[in-house]
Amino acid sequence: MASHLPLLVLFSFFVSLVFAMLMRDEPREQLKFGLLLFAGFIVAAIALGWLTYFFPL
Amino acid sequence: MRVSAPERTKVGHPLLVVAASWAVPGLGHLLLGRWRKGIVFLVALPLMFFFGLLLQGRLFPFDPSQPLVALGAVADISVGLIYFLAGPFGYGAGTVTAVTYEYGNTFLIVAGLLNLLVLLDAYDVALGRK
Repeated sequence: MASHLPLLVLFSFFVSLVFAMLMRDEPREQLKFGLLLFAGFIVAAIALGWLTYFFPL
Repeated sequence: MRVSAPERTKVGHPLLVVAASWAVPGLGHLLLGRWRKGIVFLVALPLMFFFGLLLQGRLFPFDPSQPLVALGAVADISVGLIYFLAGPFGYGAGTVTAVTYEYGNTFLIVAGLLNLLVLLDAYDVALGRK
């Protein structure tokens, strides 16, 4: 398991899960907040990844 | 009900809850009757730590002469007793040449830092703030 994307997804899952449980009390709110965080992690990482594509090493 | 100073809770002094929460992620919440949260923390944080070990991350030793290593150690140790159990079982030596080394370190460090937040949350619950 050395690929960047699955590790990013796994990391985002754990962090979103813990933050959602900490910051919201109602199960429905936790699910909503957790999914939002998770999507934010993934979208931000992919967007930043593509931004760096335009910069030479 | 808000309270301004640490008071005894049903399970004892709030600092006892903090100690339990540090030792075993989620135990503080379980002691306070927050079963759902406690079980999620009890499963998620050690699992994240375990993935860090699988990814060949390093459990940093506390070495004040190397401030960054010492900070890494503080974060790692924050995950609780499993930090001290991993070493004797041959985990956490870290393989610098492994592709996943830095990923592993990130998982290990963040698992510890998240447990610090869990611990603070348990303290707030114990004080009646949440």
